[in-house]
Amino acid sequence: MSLGVTLIVDGVPRRADANATLAASLLAAGITAFRRDLGGHPRAPLCGMGTCFECRVTVDGVADVRACLEPVRDGMRIETGK
Amino acid sequence: MARTADVTVIGAGLVGAATAVGLAEAGLSVDLYDAEFPGSGSTGAAMGHLITMDDTPAQLALTAYSCQRWRVLAPSLPEACEIDYCGTLWLASHPEELVGVRDRITAFAAHGVRAEVMEERRVREQEPNVCPGLAGAFWVPDDGVCYPPAVARALVDRAAALGAAVHSGERVTAIAPHEIHLANGSRRPAGAIVVAAGVHSPELIPGLPVVPRKGHLVITDRQPGLVRSQLIEFGYLHSAHALGSASVACNIQPRRTGQLLIGSSRELVGFDGRINRVLLNAMLERAAKFVPAVNSTRVLRTWTGFRPATPDKLPLIGRWPSLPDLWIATGHEGLGITLAPGTADLIVAGITGRPAPIDPSPYAPDRTMPTMTTAVA
Amino acid sequence: MRRVRHADVVVIGAGPAGLAAASAAAERGRSVLLVDQGLRPGGQIWRHRDEQALPSAARRLMARARNAGVKLVSGCRLVDAGSPNELVIDFRGRIDRHQTDAVIIATGARERFIPFPGWTLPGVTGIGGLQALLKGGLPVADTRIVLAGSGPLLLSVAAAVAQAGGRVQLVGEQAGAAALRRFAIRVLRDPAKLRQAISYRWACRSAPFRTDTWAVRAHGDGRLQSVEVSERGHLRSIRCDWLGIGSGLVPNTDLGQLLQCQVEHGAIAVDALQATSVAGVWAVGECTGVKGDEAATIEGEIAGRAAAGDAAGAGSTALQAARDSGRRFGRLLEETFAPRPEVLALATPDTILCRCEDVPMRSVDPGWTPRQAKLWARVGMGVCQGAVCGPSCTALFGWSANTVRPPLGNPSCGEWKSGLDSAD
Repeated sequence: MSLGVTLIVDGVPRRADANATLAASLLAAGITAFRRDLGGHPRAPLCGMGTCFECRVTVDGVADVRACLEPVRDGMRIETGK
Repeated sequence: MARTADVTVIGAGLVGAATAVGLAEAGLSVDLYDAEFPGSGSTGAAMGHLITMDDTPAQLALTAYSCQRWRVLAPSLPEACEIDYCGTLWLASHPEELVGVRDRITAFAAHGVRAEVMEERRVREQEPNVCPGLAGAFWVPDDGVCYPPAVARALVDRAAALGAAVHSGERVTAIAPHEIHLANGSRRPAGAIVVAAGVHSPELIPGLPVVPRKGHLVITDRQPGLVRSQLIEFGYLHSAHALGSASVACNIQPRRTGQLLIGSSRELVGFDGRINRVLLNAMLERAAKFVPAVNSTRVLRTWTGFRPATPDKLPLIGRWPSLPDLWIATGHEGLGITLAPGTADLIVAGITGRPAPIDPSPYAPDRTMPTMTTAVA
Repeated sequence: MRRVRHADVVVIGAGPAGLAAASAAAERGRSVLLVDQGLRPGGQIWRHRDEQALPSAARRLMARARNAGVKLVSGCRLVDAGSPNELVIDFRGRIDRHQTDAVIIATGARERFIPFPGWTLPGVTGIGGLQALLKGGLPVADTRIVLAGSGPLLLSVAAAVAQAGGRVQLVGEQAGAAALRRFAIRVLRDPAKLRQAISYRWACRSAPFRTDTWAVRAHGDGRLQSVEVSERGHLRSIRCDWLGIGSGLVPNTDLGQLLQCQVEHGAIAVDALQATSVAGVWAVGECTGVKGDEAATIEGEIAGRAAAGDAAGAGSTALQAARDSGRRFGRLLEETFAPRPEVLALATPDTILCRCEDVPMRSVDPGWTPRQAKLWARVGMGVCQGAVCGPSCTALFGWSANTVRPPLGNPSCGEWKSGLDSAD
């Protein structure tokens, strides 16, 4: 795996494969709570292909971005667990 | 042999459901019919305003009374009904829109409804996401919102608990003296009949002056706090008035879920429920003009619904002369949710012969009205 | 300002069916725009990061589309359509309106999930979902993986996971041994499918494969830690890091529904030339019924020819025979891997049915209509628009498919609005 880019995940820099999707990169970084349900329980990718919206995170200030459809970019800032 | 109920109510939208509860509470036996399920018609498509409106003294009297009744009803309803007293902020783009507002405040006060003029600085304090440069606002703190289909469901459950027989999914196709006809071909005896079938009421009573006035609504994803009160532009009044032409106005509701419900549009196109994307675009532009941050909210879906409109913008509540013991409760246009409890009280008073809580004559279905001049396509 | 563009044919979805359709139409002189949500073409089945790693059929088809002059746009999606001739497309944040004479829907399929306790825990993914994440770069080496679901996807994903160094603890197929034998006999008659099955099984040869086996409950504190499975009538607990679930695939019909196409038995209805009930709209591949990539490619070829006016070519005997064979295989898939009653009974009153709105099973009455469940209990009201719970409810309660209301996906209001304004 080539660790090509740096993501800022909840304020913490993480190296990620430049070819990976954001969802895969966040899982690889150990993130489990991509979002939280109404009761505060963590949710993470289910379908992996843009259908279920469970992997939505905030990317560079834009809320509800589906991480499974998103390519990673160097310097991308991600907020999870909302 | 099955009993004949004292009253048969046709339509379990919010108006029919509230009427069924009122009748059952008055000790009458009730049969309640709905073609699909309680709250499935205009109620299910509605925004859910609980709002005082004063186009005419009669409208003010009924909305103010009905809002009081909501206050009494609200604490007894389940959480899912999402009743929030968020108030209405009527946004004025131009100073002239606020001309005469002092008289309105006085009129509201006469009905026990608080209202005040809010200068722009305070509007922006209360609603930081409203655009700058407004002339001010008319603030009605006692208005609210609810989730109409849940209220219809709760009221129908209450009517059933009081002994009403609920016939969900049974479409009434015709009414006759002391008899109703169902879509499955059967006939059922009836005592008094209340037609609360909303936009479909003229199918049961030909000649009833009610037409479907279509509206679009858009719901966004959860974005708590973006908007705190119900935001309506003064221009809404002009939009609501011009019956013949299509119109839009900014009308944004904060929902309990943190979602925004965005309206509103008005057109007369019969029962064509297709989305009119040109009108929808104009409607969303209007919302974004007053709350620019609307542009960044994510849209979940849009839908259309039909308001039961009358030529003089007042509902039809009371006896209808074509059959004995026939009562009408429809024609509430965009105010059916607000007006449901008040309408129920007037119908119950009429049927039981008890005194009416407010003067019912302005809403008499056979009153003199202008003819319905429509541009129905 | 929004731009208005034109293409003779617009194909939505660049999986096998969409690639074939786009190529066939472009080879007949049509200008073709191929819109795909993925980062690279290939759909779910040919999801990749390196094209050279793809099977030769995939590489050939992608080269064919390129050579034919198909204009492929990746990471783009259809947001709305006022009519089949007016498509609103999100080109990575820029909204354009596309006018077209022909639309070919090739939106594929998604996994069907039957709710069971614990299925919302992080670490529980679709079987295909796990595959997609893996192909998207998820490292699974030395993680423990249980796959428990139904359908041919199980073996192919087990193979992919094993090849990536994952330790597959169990491959559980809910279908019974007898049903699976009947399916195997059909596969034996098809050399290509047989070769594929053997290679998959070889790749994950160290993993136990069990029929009559399904996940009963997922356990974990904030993340999956173990799964309880019912393995041929016996319950046992398996510690694992990933649990792949899914009861087969269901067609993605939302775009067809938006364009008012008739939908039958959960699939977009098409005729022998893949034409839908709406003039100028064709549908191909899994969105017209799940039947696999080979048959999907055939259907794409037919529709691409038909949409380009080559009805004779589309109706050719060889193509039609291959299409029929694919459809028979699809019916066999459906029969063999239909969710069994024990699986449909796993959810408890507390189990979440609608994941977007957190609606538990106990809030829903099976006697309701889908619309009633939506209005009364918020089932399918959330951001996925019932894409997940819709097929669950169909399997559990026999409900019909959700209605589709625009926009598709979840564009921002500003984006959507910019595609709505008048074309003049």
